[in-house]
Amino acid sequence: MNEYILYPGCSMEGSARAYNDSLMAIKDTLGIGLREVEDWNCCGATEYLSINLIPAYSLIARNLAIASKQANGTRTVVAPCSACYLNLAKADYYMEERPALGQKVNEALAAGGLHYQPGSLEIRHLLEVLVYDVGLETIKSKVVRPLTGLRVAPYLGCMVPRPDYYNRWSDHEHPTELDEVLKALGAEVIDFPLKTTCCGGHMTQIGPETAYELIRRLVSSADTYQADIMTTVCPMCQMNLDAYQAETNRYFGTHYQMPIVFFTQLMGLAFGMDAKDLGFGLEIVSAKKALERIGVELPEPPAAKKKDEGLPMPQRRLKKTATPKQEVEA
Amino acid sequence: MPESNVLKQGAGLRQQEDLTLLHEVSVATAGVSRLEMCIQCGTCGGSCPSAADMDHTPRMLFAMLRAGMRDDVVRSNTPWICVSCYHCVVRCPQNVHIADVMYTLKGMAIKAKQYKDSTAPDFSKSFVDMVESFGRSFELGLATRHYLTHYPLRLPGMAGMGLGMLTKKRMNLVPSRIKDMEQLTAILDKAKTLELTE
Ligand code: SF4
Ligand code: SF4
Repeated sequence: MNEYILYPGCSMEGSARAYNDSLMAIKDTLGIGLREVEDWNCCGATEYLSINLIPAYSLIARNLAIASKQANGTRTVVAPCSACYLNLAKADYYMEERPALGQKVNEALAAGGLHYQPGSLEIRHLLEVLVYDVGLETIKSKVVRPLTGLRVAPYLGCMVPRPDYYNRWSDHEHPTELDEVLKALGAEVIDFPLKTTCCGGHMTQIGPETAYELIRRLVSSADTYQADIMTTVCPMCQMNLDAYQAETNRYFGTHYQMPIVFFTQLMGLAFGMDAKDLGFGLEIVSAKKALERIGVELPEPPAAKKKDEGLPMPQRRLKKTATPKQEVEA
Repeated sequence: MPESNVLKQGAGLRQQEDLTLLHEVSVATAGVSRLEMCIQCGTCGGSCPSAADMDHTPRMLFAMLRAGMRDDVVRSNTPWICVSCYHCVVRCPQNVHIADVMYTLKGMAIKAKQYKDSTAPDFSKSFVDMVESFGRSFELGLATRHYLTHYPLRLPGMAGMGLGMLTKKRMNLVPSRIKDMEQLTAILDKAKTLELTE
């Protein structure tokens, strides 16, 4: 049993619940123990860094300081979210590269009775731990329902294989780790050319047109390669590609229906687990049809949403003046 | 350019290059930025998925830093369009910390209040408020607050997504709060008084 410290990150409690559920479902099968960083706080995503440097790094480093106190027996922190992973790794790396930064951050941490010695933890992404610690052979040996016939687009996004401070990945632009995992599960893996192209990141929030184009490129490429499903290793990628796919379709007049699921969900399926324990059904673009190809039945997705309804928030509901369609075109 | 013009411009230059701006940005960037090592090869712009939407490619921006063009730099939309994909970073032959320099430039623009064409500063601020009051982020509130401030008319366009996320219980209606908020506040308060100066 390999023990790790888990930094879940904010989205595992919310938008990426399927990632959390499926990870919890498969961890025992894979023989990994995960202990959460106690009372962890937000890593700052990609927003905090630009506001103020020392507070941004102190915010991240509080987690590192707590994790290093907790670290008896293991010094590896695993992050399933790519943005969290990179922020934690970056703080650790830069505090060492730039001693002045390390010193200031520790001055701030001291105000909360904490300290972090850069380099004392090993920060790793979940996928890399599963491939290199658990190993492809072990993963393969647990498969009882091979995903034979399911065409999967392996999508990693940017922040896992890049910048890769410790050279842990097979390649920065076309790494094969995710492909190998999916092959071990018996899936038919497409050679996805855009596997590390950006999902749009926070641009869906601040410059939607830029983001829609990035999303369109990805989904359309997976579709051209006739993928049944696309799999991700990051909550932000999943959210952008899944939740904004309809919006992207509307923007370009396209009709893509590409389900986007977490790689841990596919692992759980191949290990014979029940789809509903793996967070299937939480995706916005339903994976039902794709899973039928491997004989897995998902319940009918809830009746098609009435497009005319506004966001159910009290203050907006009062003012339901126009249908979304009209306003989008306006 | 006729030779006389070149000479005229040359005469206007000071004896030594004025690298104040370059150093300022370099010092304010986490890690060792290596900005002064940029050889203007253009690999960064050529690798950038959002270059088409940028006022200046990263290469150009770094040349402007070297030339001391402060106003043009802080007004450039480039850092706001950067999505931190690190394509340029792994390809840069000089190992310049390009994405981190972009964060620094965003910070400088916020301070100078000179950002252009971008609602990002506000988005970033909403996010920071959230983290500072709860210790964790709150996705629904974040997007909504942002859209309400900037694209009130577009909000219903986003409803399809918001509604889907809500009915799937993928958005929390209440952000969760960390236990030791007091400790986090003490750390952040102290951190705000500190700056990198060398
Ligand atoms: S790739 Fe690096 S060296 Fe080349 S222009 Fe960009 S920052 Fe400068
Ligand atoms: S990190 Fe920013 S500047 Fe560099 S390639 Fe990505 S979007 Fe472009």
